[in-house]
Amino acid sequence: MGNSQMTPGIAAGRLPADRIAANFDDLHPAYAPHEAAVAADRCYFCYDAPCVTACPTSIDIPMFIRQIQTGHPEAAAKTIFDQNILGGMCARVCPTETLCEEACVRETAEGKPVEIGRLQRYATDTVMAAGTHPFRRAAPTGKRVAVVGAGPAGLSCAHRLAMLGHDVTVYEARPRPGGLNEYGIAAYKATGGFAAAEVDWLLQIGGISIDYGKRLGSDITLDGLVSSHDAVFLSVGLAGVNALGADGEDREGVRDAVDFIAELRQASDLTALPVGRNVVVIGGGMTAIDAAVQSRLLGAESVTVAYRRGQESMGASSFEQDLAAQKGVRLMFNLRPVAVHEGEIELEYTRVAEGRVTGTGETIRLPADQVFKAIGQKLDGAPEGIALEGGKIAVTGAGRTSVKGVWAGGDCASGGDDLTVTAVAEGRDAAMDIHASLAG
Amino acid sequence: MADLTTTFLGITTPNPFWLASAPPTDKEYNVRRAFEAGWGGVVWKTLGEAGPPVVNVNGPRYGVIHGADRRVLGINNIELITDRPLETNLEEIARVKKDYPDRAIIASIMVPCEEASWKAILPRVAETGCDGIELNFGCPHGMSERGMGAAVGQVPEYIEMVTRWCKEYYGKPVIVKLTPNITDIRYPARAAHKGGADAVSLINTVSSITSVNLDTFSPEPSIDGKGSHGGYCGPAVKPIAMNMVAEIARDPATRGLPISGIGGVTTWRDAAEFMSLGCGNVQVCTAAMTYGFRIVQEMISGLSQWMDEKGYTATSDFIGRAVPNVTDWQYLNLNYVAKAKIDQDACIKCGRCYAACEDTSHQAIWMKPGRVFEVNDAECVACNLCVDVCPVENCISMVPMTPGETDPRTGRVVSRDYANWTTHPNNPAARAAE
Ligand SMILES: Cc1cc2nc3c(=O)[nH]c(=O)nc-3n(C[C@H](O)[C@H](O)[C@H](O)COP(=O)(O)OP(=O)(O)OC[C@H]3O[C@@H](n4cnc5c(N)ncnc54)[C@H](O)[C@@H]3O)c2cc1C
Ligand SMILES: Cc1cc2nc3c(=O)[nH]c(=O)nc-3n(C[C@H](O)[C@H](O)[C@H](O)COP(=O)(O)O)c2cc1C
Ligand code: SF4
Ligand code: SF4
Ligand code: SF4
Repeated sequence: MGNSQMTPGIAAGRLPADRIAANFDDLHPAYAPHEAAVAADRCYFCYDAPCVTACPTSIDIPMFIRQIQTGHPEAAAKTIFDQNILGGMCARVCPTETLCEEACVRETAEGKPVEIGRLQRYATDTVMAAGTHPFRRAAPTGKRVAVVGAGPAGLSCAHRLAMLGHDVTVYEARPRPGGLNEYGIAAYKATGGFAAAEVDWLLQIGGISIDYGKRLGSDITLDGLVSSHDAVFLSVGLAGVNALGADGEDREGVRDAVDFIAELRQASDLTALPVGRNVVVIGGGMTAIDAAVQSRLLGAESVTVAYRRGQESMGASSFEQDLAAQKGVRLMFNLRPVAVHEGEIELEYTRVAEGRVTGTGETIRLPADQVFKAIGQKLDGAPEGIALEGGKIAVTGAGRTSVKGVWAGGDCASGGDDLTVTAVAEGRDAAMDIHASLAG
Repeated sequence: MADLTTTFLGITTPNPFWLASAPPTDKEYNVRRAFEAGWGGVVWKTLGEAGPPVVNVNGPRYGVIHGADRRVLGINNIELITDRPLETNLEEIARVKKDYPDRAIIASIMVPCEEASWKAILPRVAETGCDGIELNFGCPHGMSERGMGAAVGQVPEYIEMVTRWCKEYYGKPVIVKLTPNITDIRYPARAAHKGGADAVSLINTVSSITSVNLDTFSPEPSIDGKGSHGGYCGPAVKPIAMNMVAEIARDPATRGLPISGIGGVTTWRDAAEFMSLGCGNVQVCTAAMTYGFRIVQEMISGLSQWMDEKGYTATSDFIGRAVPNVTDWQYLNLNYVAKAKIDQDACIKCGRCYAACEDTSHQAIWMKPGRVFEVNDAECVACNLCVDVCPVENCISMVPMTPGETDPRTGRVVSRDYANWTTHPNNPAARAAE
């Protein structure tokens, strides 16, 4: 094609195919067995281990690491899956630096935690590679549960319910399962079609059918689900995207970061995926960082993340920020978009007083062939009659909504961090609560 | 840098680090390279009788115990004495000794327990010009079944008898190498002493099975599906060796008998510990087999540095310094009372001390809100388990109580006086003496 990093505008194939392939390779390569043994040996087998408390799914970390140490990674994987059926994906995408590994006593001791995430991957990969499924269904209960959305929350809930003997139908708007595991997570965190393979593996439990192309609100209704099932679990994530509120937002070249990422995740050939020479990402969370990094990896010459508050308020962890910096992304703070012009974006400096952002009046223009909006997702089309809280479905206890027989979890539900692992925990806990209420 | 020159049995070598009789010393090529690397002396791989040499197995002869990251903690072997002709070995010894007059070469010997056999070999060994001999009464496998090695070393009368023959037919120093595969090491040491030995060296390898293959159910190393016990050596055996050394060093019957310390010596520190327990020098095998000859350079620099730091100018300044502090349990001061103390700033809150004490000891550690771990002095018996399992060095210390204070565990005032079990009221023997 002859394009390069300097090709003006938005263009595909800015880097040679081998460079792009290398760029999108595994961020944290899998351990070889000896590496795993050495890494596992660093664990102190803490009493009432702080890492377990810090894991949203409460995996028995010292136990699984000890099982790796004694040469039984499959047993370690079972320990992980007991608590977190998507332990394979979580091992890849969890911001461990703010979860288990931050709490690890060796982080306290020497600033070098036990690499829990990579050990978790080592264990779960062993089982995935063997293709075996360590759980069996209980005797059928005859109860039918509807799960809406096949993301981490929905899949976790469905698996637990199926394991307990219930029949589960998952209604999914998209043509493929996995939710953001499939469409959102950065490509270099889940290489080799892992998201899809994990769902196939999870479905080996049996008793789960997925109905694709079924959107709650258009193809199906909550009332309909409630009347045809014994319980309903809503796990629709946050499908809506917040608007910038800047002039020129509708210009060509301005788009939602999540759409760009979804396109990237589904692309069969990344050299055919166009990206701007100069890219500006508006936002400060994981989505902004992922869009920026992946733009660079595709070959954008300059990529800037512009965030309206200071660095300390950024949603992306310091690990993610460092990763971005390392990949050549420029992070700029206290800047908010004013207008998108031809090939440029105009930003205004801000100051934050008592949590409120105000413009200083001073502006700056950055070259921008492409602008990605990553200023947050929101709940899109909440079912009527269900109570909301802070724009999300209000839940109490293990995901109970205001509607009897309806539970919710994951990003669409109130409370909790918007993380894969939190979604898994909420799905699992709702399943246990549904099970208890169906039995009662 | 402190001078490490050490004289043992009148043999002066530039440092106290000798290679033990084993594969590293099995031929001229090895020994020359060892001397070039800096080793002070070698005990040549054990020589057998003239005639057809012994035969080794043709499958694996070593087994291993690994620590984390495959660190070699212990090796076990089923190798025999040298499997090269006696003549070849003797010629090589003579050649190397001529070229390295400042290094020690000791010939290790194992021949049948008959006077004629010893009488035959000793003059030939003497002709090589080597500095002395070591009698291998220790090898626990292969040769012992033929009435040699450990089979002799386990019978004090034989040791004494053979030692006497050697002193009769050989003019230079005779070292008797002892097997640890015996209940009380003092008996063979006394026998060697009685027989006129100039020194004892210990330990040889410990009879062992390192592992069992759980697929084939064969002990390792496995020869065609079968294994036999081997001799264990390396860091894992050091505590056993040091105790045996100390027993001999403080036994009135052998006090003053020179000792060459062997068993797990890997670093300068190990050497210093053995020597402080009374060894005139040390011998090394497994560490060299694991890392090669160059490790001696660390041993040399490390020992010199430590001596400089302590102000010792000769190895004789510290040899034997720990011997007077090795005593019997009954003489330990029962009025010495200590309590564990946790340094809260150093603590990383792993809870291992708590798990250990709560589950297996004296329930003397509190786990308070916020993962704060504190010692309850009213229960602490100062067993040291928490110190041992704490992953942070010096985080938990054993703090002696000051005389006059009341021990909250016993309610008794800590006495200034030394008092041991021999005078303790609970000791029936002590009461009987009254
Ligand atoms: C770009 C990006 C990167 C991220 N990176 C990380 C990361 O590295 N680590 C991490 O822990 N978290 C990350 N997250 C967050 C994480 O992906 C989410 O918290 C998690 O996926 C939430 O799971 P969920 O099941 O609640 O929702 P989702 O994963 O969003 O799944 C919702 C599912 O519901 C379907 N659906 C939506 N609406 C309907 C409807 N009306 N009817 C039927 N089906 C519907 C969707 O198609 C989707 O399959 C990232 C998020 C984004 C956007
Ligand atoms: C493979 C091997 C062969 C050995 N052969 C002999 C031998 O022929 N004669 C002998 O006296 N000791 C022999 N030993 C014992 C060593 O000399 C030494 O006493 C023992 O290994 C303990 O020291 P270390 O812990 O430094 O290895 C052998 C040891 C090993 C590992
Ligand atoms: S905190 Fe760290 S060392 Fe302790 S159990 Fe967890 S992983 Fe192991
Ligand atoms: S010394 Fe023993 S009794 Fe005392 S705190 Fe430690 S483990 Fe417990
Ligand atoms: S073992 Fe040491 S570091 Fe761990 S909690 Fe106890 S005192 Fe603290």
